[in-house]
Amino acid sequence: MKQTRKKGNGRLQKAHIRLQVNGEQVEVAFAPHKTLLEVLREDLGLTGTKHGCELGECGCCAVLVDGKPVLSCLALGLAVEGHEVTTVEGMAQGTELHPLQQTFAELGAAQCGYCTPGILLTAKVLIEKVPRPSRDEIKEALAGNLCRCTGYIKIYEAVELAAARMAGEPGEPAKESIYGWE
Amino acid sequence: MAGSNGAKRRGLKVIGKPFHKVDAKVKVTGELKFADDLMLPRMLHTRLLRSTVPHARIVKIDTSKAEAYPGVKAVLLGKDLPTTYGALPVSEDEHALAIDRVRMVGDPVAAIAAVDEDVATEALDLIEVEYELLQTITSIQDAYAITEPRIHEYGELGNIHRRQVYEFGNVEAGFADADFVREDITFYEGSTHLALEQHASLAQFSHDGKLTLWTSTQDMHYLHRHLAKVLGLPGSHIRVIATPNGGGFGGKCDPFNHEIVVSKLAMITGRPVKICLTREEVFYAHRGRHPVLMSTKTGFKKDGSITAMHHRTILDGGAYGGHGVASTFYTGILQTTTHNVPHYKFEAVRVFTNKAPCGPKRGHGTPQPRWAQEIQLDRIAEQVGLDPAEMRKQHAIPPNSITANWIRIGTLALGECIDKVVKGSGWKEKFRKLPYGKGVGIACSAYMTGTQTPIYYNKMPHSGVQLKLDRSGGVCVYCGSVEIGQGSDSILAYIVAEVLGIHPFDIRVVTGDTDLTPVDLGSYSSRVTLMTGNAAIQAAERAREILRQAVSEKLDVPGSRLSFADRRVFDTENPEKGMSFVEAVWLAEEKFGTLGTTGSYKPPAAPGKYKGSTIGPSPAFTCTASVAEVEVNPETGIVTVPRVWIAHDIGQAINPLLVVGQIEGCVYMGLGEALMEEMTYRGNRNMVHKFPSFLEYKSPTTLEMCDVVTYLVESQDPNGPFGAKEAGQGPQLPVPPAIANAVYDAVGVRIDEIPITPDKVMKALRAKAKGKEGRYGPTVFPTCEMPEAIVVKTPFEGGDGKAVEREPALSRK
Repeated sequence: MKQTRKKGNGRLQKAHIRLQVNGEQVEVAFAPHKTLLEVLREDLGLTGTKHGCELGECGCCAVLVDGKPVLSCLALGLAVEGHEVTTVEGMAQGTELHPLQQTFAELGAAQCGYCTPGILLTAKVLIEKVPRPSRDEIKEALAGNLCRCTGYIKIYEAVELAAARMAGEPGEPAKESIYGWE
Repeated sequence: MAGSNGAKRRGLKVIGKPFHKVDAKVKVTGELKFADDLMLPRMLHTRLLRSTVPHARIVKIDTSKAEAYPGVKAVLLGKDLPTTYGALPVSEDEHALAIDRVRMVGDPVAAIAAVDEDVATEALDLIEVEYELLQTITSIQDAYAITEPRIHEYGELGNIHRRQVYEFGNVEAGFADADFVREDITFYEGSTHLALEQHASLAQFSHDGKLTLWTSTQDMHYLHRHLAKVLGLPGSHIRVIATPNGGGFGGKCDPFNHEIVVSKLAMITGRPVKICLTREEVFYAHRGRHPVLMSTKTGFKKDGSITAMHHRTILDGGAYGGHGVASTFYTGILQTTTHNVPHYKFEAVRVFTNKAPCGPKRGHGTPQPRWAQEIQLDRIAEQVGLDPAEMRKQHAIPPNSITANWIRIGTLALGECIDKVVKGSGWKEKFRKLPYGKGVGIACSAYMTGTQTPIYYNKMPHSGVQLKLDRSGGVCVYCGSVEIGQGSDSILAYIVAEVLGIHPFDIRVVTGDTDLTPVDLGSYSSRVTLMTGNAAIQAAERAREILRQAVSEKLDVPGSRLSFADRRVFDTENPEKGMSFVEAVWLAEEKFGTLGTTGSYKPPAAPGKYKGSTIGPSPAFTCTASVAEVEVNPETGIVTVPRVWIAHDIGQAINPLLVVGQIEGCVYMGLGEALMEEMTYRGNRNMVHKFPSFLEYKSPTTLEMCDVVTYLVESQDPNGPFGAKEAGQGPQLPVPPAIANAVYDAVGVRIDEIPITPDKVMKALRAKAKGKEGRYGPTVFPTCEMPEAIVVKTPFEGGDGKAVEREPALSRK
């Protein structure tokens, strides 16, 4: 539950900061107790970032701050002043999807799609650090992102396929993951 | 055979192909708007004041301070919404806000609309509520023992909501015919859906007197009716838009108090009003898996055939009826759909307790009894010295059967499913042969593809589809179905594209909007692909006929010779002769005027004619077989599941990629229920949820999830669109019992209570070490006075599907 705010005594209450969001310089004013999640969604209109608990437990709200995954529900908006924030809206280049977005769509790794933005950003950082991650490395990296629809399997497969393609290898999904086993 | 082979055989171009979902791209870019992503100018925010006590009379509510708080625009109380409602017509026992009584912690007693969420939250603290506490009913045992106070004034006796007894055939005669009879008492703990999206709703009431509600609901149509009733508005003045659900699993089927509250607040304030529940509130909204205590007494012969089964269940329903009466039926009605059961008696009781209400969660009422049955079959196989896989295959009911309780089964490739997982898992080399601590277990199940009966009685279609075609060549599909992540929007596009010979991504799909789309009953009971699919086929075939006439005339080719494929309409015998699909639509619009068609679907009548026979029948049944491999650490009791093999009779995969995804999701959810998920309350009679958070309510992460080897079996059901049956629920059912049976294979103890947590495994292992029964689970099945059985002769006895008329002197207990 949020703390009761001190009632204004005529002074302006909002904080006003400048930061980089998805490569653009933005200025935003918001009540200073707001989380980064709330600032992104409510004050910057970037509703691609989701929330499942607002307690740092589900991973839905993961965004990148200076290239590192951060749970935006646990960070204050004020804390990112002057920093670079990347949200799911910043993954595609124009109309061209990021390879992860492409494989997530292709392999059905997004069922309801609600956990997807947080998982995409977390996976993006993984591939940047470990270009061809093993299945175990993927599991470890995504252990803080819950998904209730997929059982994670299509997510692993999509990360592996994207990693292969980004490494310039021929990336074809396994037949079994699409049609089941013979 | 792998999925889509059936489609390939029949020359289908879209069906059976792994197209990505029509909404896949907008989901991976964050473009898709869920309910809480919607914001309107002048929007107010709502918070609900919830009961902090489990059972009490409301003596007084003082809202004066909250009303005076700056930024508060409206305060709403129960008296402002006096009409009761509830998911089923037989148990409309809810108020949007409590009027004089709270029945659980979390019951809403007041609502505040304010300029922002913070102000609304602060104002909640200013509402003073005085409660007079009532005795709390915490459990099945309490509900049996405490008849006063009653949680509800309706129901059967005291706090018993529902009792029912059915006897199909004569179980005593069946037991007399058995070589062995055994009774096993088991318990399946409740669990919750835990969809990642918190329930959210946004209401707008415009000055033309029309209400619009955007909400994360699975069952938009039913909600529309409840809103009309409670708000006192004509249905024609209410528009419900079901936003894409960020996961449903049954948790967004009921009409919810917050949906009614924001609608009313919008009507009062004339401003848009939004609510988004906190995660803690979602736990209390619940409507999840019922905790069920079960006793299964089964007579069987040395060959593993069953002679009779007497199955009893008690459901802990929580504070409200919800879908509970249906759930109660489902704890027994599908026991006859895999292993042949010639005589079957089913008794069920649902009780009210002061806890969050239970309802439909994936598999709705059937995973619990399926678990009981499959772990008993494992024991039966051991007792008669048979391989449990072989035994199940031997006695699997054949396709096109009618069961003892008058459920007509169409296609059912259970034997083939068993063969797939037995071969794939290396069952014969592993079962009873792995080293101590490792084991395999098998289980089977069957599930409905939609129910035969709508929730409220009517003779109208269950699903409607409209198609609009225009001179641009554009085809738009309108259907009241709700996309909850399962791919229901995509199914419509694939099916219409197949029939019209165009590409699925050429089609626009409009769903989930009561103003724009024809009625579909909603995303529940695995009905959507079959019912919307059949309606879509009808609408598309009608459109194809219109185009056929226009093109036939123009090309001077008999209509029967025209083919629709690859975005063209052409002469089958001379494929060069033809025109583009766009030209065909143009011609048809010239000839017939504005183009539109409709299609509708209603399931076939079921053979049962007794009271209650409408629950259980389905146009098509799927079946599933699963083998789980487990590792049990005898030092810690920790069970891990490296791999699950699962074979599912899907009928025909409309899209194998989506089917495999649904099955993997089912395995995941079954794994969670088997090993860790539990909806439990603190034991101090305050009935506060033990852990209403993602952190402490354990669910499988990537680190617990098992590998899954999926096999699709395609039996081509004549009632399914292109032969398709369900995939979203049935495959969950065999997973928990397969894991339990594997635990026994690994360490020789039976855990008869879900979830199989380390403490239970350790208790069973210690008991075994002391020479006692190596088992953990309930030992007592409480009884209450039951009504007389409704007796129905089985099809095998030459019955007619009706209940036997009972003469007073002949009536049986």
